[in-house]
This record gives sequence, structure tokens and C-alpha cells, in this order.
Amino acid sequence: MSAPGPAAELSIETKGLTKRFGQQLAVDDVDLAVPKGAVFGFLGPNGSGKTTTIRLLLGLAAATGGSMRVLGEEMPGKLHDVLPRVGALVEGPAFYPFLSGAANLRRMDAADPYGSASTRHARVQSALERVGLTHAADKKVRAYSLGMKQRLGIANALLGPRELLVLDEPTNGLDPQGTREVRSLVRSLAADGATVFVSSHLLAEVEQICTHAAIMSAGRLVAQGTLAELRGAGQAWIRVLTPDPGAAAHVLTGLGLAVILSPDGGAPPGGVRPGTPAGRDAVLVATRRADRQTAAPGEFAGAGEPVAPEAMVAALVAAGVRVRGFATEQASLEDRFVALTGEGFDVVQ
Amino acid sequence: MTGGLLASELGLLFRRRRTWAMLCALAAIPILIAVAVRVSSAVPAGRGPAFLDRITQNGLFVGVTAMVVSVPLFLPLTVGVVAGDTIAGEAGQGTLRYLLVAPAGRIRLLLVKYGGAAVFVVVAPLVVALAGAGIGAALFPVGPVTLLSGDRIGTGEALARLLLIAAYLALSLLGLSAIGLFISTLTDVPVGAMAATVVLSVVSQVLDALPQLDWLHPWLFSHYWLDFGDLLRQPVSWESFAANAVLQGGYVAVFGALAYGRFITKDVLS
Repeated sequence: MSAPGPAAELSIETKGLTKRFGQQLAVDDVDLAVPKGAVFGFLGPNGSGKTTTIRLLLGLAAATGGSMRVLGEEMPGKLHDVLPRVGALVEGPAFYPFLSGAANLRRMDAADPYGSASTRHARVQSALERVGLTHAADKKVRAYSLGMKQRLGIANALLGPRELLVLDEPTNGLDPQGTREVRSLVRSLAADGATVFVSSHLLAEVEQICTHAAIMSAGRLVAQGTLAELRGAGQAWIRVLTPDPGAAAHVLTGLGLAVILSPDGGAPPGGVRPGTPAGRDAVLVATRRADRQTAAPGEFAGAGEPVAPEAMVAALVAAGVRVRGFATEQASLEDRFVALTGEGFDVVQ
Repeated sequence: MTGGLLASELGLLFRRRRTWAMLCALAAIPILIAVAVRVSSAVPAGRGPAFLDRITQNGLFVGVTAMVVSVPLFLPLTVGVVAGDTIAGEAGQGTLRYLLVAPAGRIRLLLVKYGGAAVFVVVAPLVVALAGAGIGAALFPVGPVTLLSGDRIGTGEALARLLLIAAYLALSLLGLSAIGLFISTLTDVPVGAMAATVVLSVVSQVLDALPQLDWLHPWLFSHYWLDFGDLLRQPVSWESFAANAVLQGGYVAVFGALAYGRFITKDVLS
């Protein structure tokens, strides 16, 4: 966990944020800290309280307990000062089907008391251009595809200069090209200095665009920090594929490394790896990457001296171990995510 | 600022095909009446809706007759659709959350929504009156009108009286729109809010027809709906107009406050 900085440095800060629906705690004591300028991935399985948290942050629903600050202002007290500086896409786009895309944006802009009527046309045009919808501006939204509606929803969030963008599942329904465009859009928004808060259950997407992330599970915030912190920086292991697992394990143990013999490829601590090709035994060296102070980058520390991966290969080959595969691996966000939120359909409810 | 949002709201209301369909249906009422009277033999006095027997003598009475006919159901029906849709329609569609995040402001949005419904309430009886006057002038002679008090007034003043009745109906329906606005804040299903509003207008009229509930009648929002005959006297008797205004104002205040109380604290989860 990264230590939350002073309030002025955080775009979103919640303390003990709680929302109860009847008996169910949808959001349970959440302490979010989104640094200014970050691209913040808000992760969690469906139903883990992500969207409810976003609704609380935007003043759509009232919190049962806790406090929130958005862009340095107390919420929901300063809602009307804060929201004009925030662009949002909440739980999918929603529009008037009988109006054109441009007319929909003009309607939403008219609802913003700071949306000046004299610049409205130009701002709507530039927002549409930014998401590549200029050609469909005058088409009725009824005739839009899911991806086009999603883009229009993002355009709606970009109608004015925004300091914070809250994008709930922004790539939902988009094709691979559209997903790439959204990614580059998010990067360009961040480059302009905006904080981008992206909720998603697509981990690959978050890994590609985010600097920070938080993971929700069953209404609780179970992890938060920079992406490297979350992946468990330092946590890494070596995978050796060999038909001589006994000999390999002996050699590596001799180097002071902790070894796990696993015929099916095994699982590293806190994660899951795809299986090993059939007919090959694997030796998994479950160990932490060595501390920076005591070892060169990339070296592995066991009980003894830090060992470089190439030294391990040399030792294995020298001992006559038939090395068919050798890889250094690092925990991915997915490993961490699954470890925290459960596997498959066993997601914590 | 709020003017911009109100303009947007009216643009939204009057760009909907549904709104035009309802206004066309309302305009069809006087047209049907006029055509039916034209093709049939003379209507015996005292049968059918009030003023029906006068249409053949003066086409302007088509408008009056049509308003009498549309007060119990057709006007409340269209007003119920518009008022019931105000908040629930946006919620059901999901646009409510985007309006609030824009941020429209809950009080501002509620006022603008009621403003939109109020404009419709003015337009709807006006459409009936003008369509009636138009078709009446086309199919029947138009001339000086004999009022209920026996005085005769010129065509111009008669038209003014017709518009006065339309204004009276608009006033009459303001209370119902406030009720619809409140019901609309209770649900995310617009059809439910519309139906409930229309049903309430019928219930109110049924209660008003039961002599056993005499004590309740002055409190029913539909109590003065058909009392616009006073506007057809010389001089105009403003008594029912004033009583109606007070009653409708009370309904607007009470249900406006209820809608405010509900909407300001509502969790928007749609």
C-alpha cells in the first residue's frame, strides 16, 4: 500500500466510505487514495461495489458513512463546485434514442450550469471529433451501435476541460480498434494533466494504461497502490522444464534456492500459471527476487548468496541436467487479482 | 442558466413523436364532434355533452364542447403521460444520472421538469380550443354568441372567452401535474408513474361524484374542473376561477414539496 499523501495531492480521497442497502453492505469501509495526475485502475469482479463507489463519489447516492474529498473539496457538500470539473461515464452510456448524437451532447451540456451556450456547438464538435464520431453526429442515437454509444458516452465526459475523469468500464462493447483508441485517449487525457479513474474488470487493459490501481472485493478495498506495488514487485520465480527434475532440484537447492517440484507446472505463491506441456516435468524455483541493496538487478536470493539466472543455467548444464526450458517469471496483476478476489465462479459475494 | 435547461427540456418534449401524437389525438376530438354533428340531423337540445346543441348555430361552440368532452379523461391522460414521465422517464432511460452528474442540480432539474409539464398543460387545452374553433368555423356559421347569462358578444370576444376556458383548464391541470411529478420521483418505471397519475385523476372524479363524500369534494383536485361555465357569463364570474386557483396552488405546493423531499435524497441507482 502506498502511503496517502497530503489531501491536496489526491484527486479522490475517501475515509471509511460505507454504503448499505438494507442488510447488504455494498461498499464497506473503503479508504481510496487516488493521486493527482494518476491513471487509476479500479478493479474488482462484477458486483464488488465499484459502480456503487463511483455513484457515491459523484453524489448520485448518499453514503451511509465515511467521508469523501474529490479534487480537494469535501463531498457531497461541494458537489456543485466539483462536478463541473469532473467528466463521467457511469455504468454504461445512456442517451435519448430519438435525438441525434450531437443533440444528446447539447442536452447534457445545457444541464451543466457552467456550460456556456455560446461555445456549446464548438465543444460538442470537438468532443465528437475526439472519439471519432463526427460522421455520425447527426444520426439518431437509436441507430448507433453499442460501440458508438460507448464512444458518445466518453464524448459526453469530455464536453469541457476536466480535471478528473471517472470512466466506468470505458471499453465495454468496443471492438479491438475502439479499445486501442480509448487507451490512447486515456493516455492523452493523462498527458494533459487530468486524473483518470478507470473502473474495469479487464485486467490486461488496466495493466496497459494505469499507473495505480485498487482492487475491490465484496465491497471492501483489498489492495491499493502503484501497479508495481500491486504486482508484488520483487516477487518472481524461475521455471525450469526438464525431464530430470530430481537432479535439477538437487543442483538448485545446492545454490541455496527454494525449489518446488511440480509435474504439472505448479502454481507460484499467490498466483496461477498455465500448465506445462505434457510429458515434461517442471521444476519451479519459488523464490523472491533479491533485494536491490545486496544483489545485482535480476538476481535471485535464496538461503545463500544471490544467484543470477544465467549462473543457474550454467550450473544445471554442468551437472548434466537436460534443460528444455528456462524462464524467469513475475506475478501479473491477474495473479494478484485472482489471489485477492477468488477464482472462477467462487468469487467472494 | 436555468432558462437554457428549460429550453432544452421543451425542445426534448416537443421533439418527441409521442407528444405530437397526443396533441394530434386531442385535436381530433373537436374534429370528430364537428363532423359527427355536421353529417347527422340536428341535435335535440339537452342531449349529449353540454353545448353540443349549439354547434349548428355557432361553430365556436365546437371548441367549448370538445373541452367539456376532454376534461374527464383525455386531458388528464395526456397530462399524466407527460408529468409521470418527468423524472421516471429520465431514470428509466439512465439519462438521469448523467443530468445530475452534469451537474443539473436536483432542485433545478425538478423545477425545469415541472416547468416542461406546465407548458404542456397550457398547450394541450389550447390545441383542443383552437382545433375546435378552426373546424367549427369551417363547417358551421360563426357569429355573435349568446352567453349563458343571455347577453350577446361579438366573435372576437367569443374567441377570447374560448381562450379563457383553455387557460382555466390549464390551471385546473397544474395540480395533477404536480401529483404526477411526485409519483415520477418514486419509481424508475415511467409507465407506472403515468398510469398511477391517470388513475388518481379518475379516482378523484369518482369521489367527487359520490354525494356521501360531500365534505371531501372541495379538497379534490378535480372538483372545479368542469366549472368553467362561469366564464361564459356577462360579466365574467371569477369565483370558480379563484377557488380553483387556490386549490391547484395548494396541490402544487404540497406535491411539489413532497417531490422535492423525495428527489433531493433519492439514491439514483438506475
